[in-house]
Amino acid sequence: MSDEKRTQPHSEEAAAGVSRRQFLGMAAGAAGISVAPGVFLYGVAGAKPADQPVTDAVRWGLLVDTNQCQEDCDACVTACEEENGWSFEEGSTTDPQWIRKLNVKDPGTGFTVSMPMMCQHCEHPPCVDVCPTGASFRRVDGIVLVDKHICIGCRYCMMACPYKARSLVHRDLHDQKYPRGKGTVESCTMCVRKVDRGDGTTACAEACDRDGHKAILFGDLKDPDSEISQRLRRYGGTQIRADLRLNTGVRYQGI
Amino acid sequence: MRMKEPRYIAIEGQSVGYYGLLALLGVFILAGLAAAYYMETQGHWVTGMSNQVVWGTPHVFAIFLIVAASGALNVASIASVFNKVAYKPLARLSGLLAIALLVGGLVILVLDLGRPDRLIVAMTYYNFKSIFAWNIILYIGFIGVVAVYLWMMMDRTMKPYTRPAGFAAFLWRLILTTGTGSIFGFIVARDAYDSAVMAPMFIAMSFSFGLAIYILVAMATYRWTHRPLGDLLLQRLKNLLGVFVAGVFYFVLVYHLTNLYFTERHAVERFLLVDGGVYTALFWGGQILLGTLLPLALLYHPKTGGSRPMIVLSAVLVILGGLAQVYVIVIGGQAFPLTIFPDAQVSSSFFDGVIAAYAPSVPEIFLGLGGLAMSLVIVALALKILAFIPDSLADGEAVTTAQS
Repeated sequence: MSDEKRTQPHSEEAAAGVSRRQFLGMAAGAAGISVAPGVFLYGVAGAKPADQPVTDAVRWGLLVDTNQCQEDCDACVTACEEENGWSFEEGSTTDPQWIRKLNVKDPGTGFTVSMPMMCQHCEHPPCVDVCPTGASFRRVDGIVLVDKHICIGCRYCMMACPYKARSLVHRDLHDQKYPRGKGTVESCTMCVRKVDRGDGTTACAEACDRDGHKAILFGDLKDPDSEISQRLRRYGGTQIRADLRLNTGVRYQGI
Repeated sequence: MRMKEPRYIAIEGQSVGYYGLLALLGVFILAGLAAAYYMETQGHWVTGMSNQVVWGTPHVFAIFLIVAASGALNVASIASVFNKVAYKPLARLSGLLAIALLVGGLVILVLDLGRPDRLIVAMTYYNFKSIFAWNIILYIGFIGVVAVYLWMMMDRTMKPYTRPAGFAAFLWRLILTTGTGSIFGFIVARDAYDSAVMAPMFIAMSFSFGLAIYILVAMATYRWTHRPLGDLLLQRLKNLLGVFVAGVFYFVLVYHLTNLYFTERHAVERFLLVDGGVYTALFWGGQILLGTLLPLALLYHPKTGGSRPMIVLSAVLVILGGLAQVYVIVIGGQAFPLTIFPDAQVSSSFFDGVIAAYAPSVPEIFLGLGGLAMSLVIVALALKILAFIPDSLADGEAVTTAQS
């Protein structure tokens, strides 16, 4: 998508009268292309004061354009590890993987696509349904998280997740960047700290932009004028396992 | 013909054999606790479990024991709810075994948690949409309901309330096993689960596993305490076991036939029934041949049906077949990869699209056996402390031809 298309909402908004939320969403979109992430617009793009509750006026989501995603690139994975302080060794069955590159091949045609796979931040998350203590929960802004303080490590959410998005922390943790919990379950947080801070993007999306692929777009699915909503409206998007009717917050194009 | 009132007498529990049994079971319990400590301090990477197979051998033992627990209550239910006089002298042991097996299973489940120290969290934070949360309530409630039921049976002044208490316990156990089966039945994401038949199948499994354990415990107790146990009574129990084994087989057939009808489930069926390696072997060899067909033949064949050793062998086979069945359900169901993209080949660094490798580790096996030993220790101690079993179950005394 060209920069021109990305900034198009601006002019339309000027005509329609811009609400604060719409403006913020727009600014968040613009931030991804016009400046180095985090250089400016801090505290502007989707920022939420720390003492105010999360609001359901937004629904955060991601749009993955698999046509732009390169099979041999794992910048999103590396960036997520860096941002959230987890890591895995190739071949380990017990190391966590909050995000992974998934290669999908149609055996009939040989058509292959590569894409990042992570928590799909469902509106009706099976992990939240099955969690006995309520440790798995969905914020009203659509981000699905695990409360590490009340997770008992039963792993029922891992049984229930259709996307294999969750990991149990199997080993002792050292030098944690953010608090994690041995014996508890974790997964993609949609970079909730960055979102709450108002970065208006996620580590994976930033890294993908930085590498020039621009395959991952973060935004507000509820705002019809956000870039993510506009792109979905214009080009469509697919939910993985849409048959389960989970209304995922992560959408894909090109599959 | 009027039935002679059975005389309930606690076992003496002074013999070398009794203390030897307690010591042996104690060793298994200590080994189980040591295994749990090792798993929790090191982290779950020391087990065979992984991010692919998240529930392992401890869960096989735990689910087997929890399912068997509700089934062990069946003998008492037949006496109290269905008013079969012949089973009344057996009812107290039935209630005791039900509680003991459940406690053993729960201990395993709790000690396998990633954070067993947060048991209090599991007891105080509830998500009522979770069948798991309901199960916690159902399990704890079951112990309470059966304890009250035992009290009604054992306290002469409360005897009139035995039937309603028995009815409540029977209903509770049906709901409980429905809940246990639904842990798997409600999992929409996995091809081997996501089936309403799981709940009734688990109920049938509970009848079968619970009665098999009951028969073995009763036979062992009466033999080791030199108390008579009548052939007629054993015949009833073994015939009933045969019916339950056939009942499980029916639900297994329905489950697989339904999946075989759905094209989308052909891959998982092929995995379980044809080329799933250890799971296929356990299904056909363990569950079907050793756990179903052989016991059915032994229990009903005129030449073997009346033989005590053959009844013991059948009960042991039902238990081993049951463990194989639970293993195939729990671990086989997870080893088969998630269908994230139907009809496409997927691959990743996270083992997408490949059959997950799993082998039980020593700590897992010890934890499982420790839970089983815990159940048996509870039974052995309770039999010594309280009068759970009649001094005689000889055919002429406890069992009459009347009413049953």
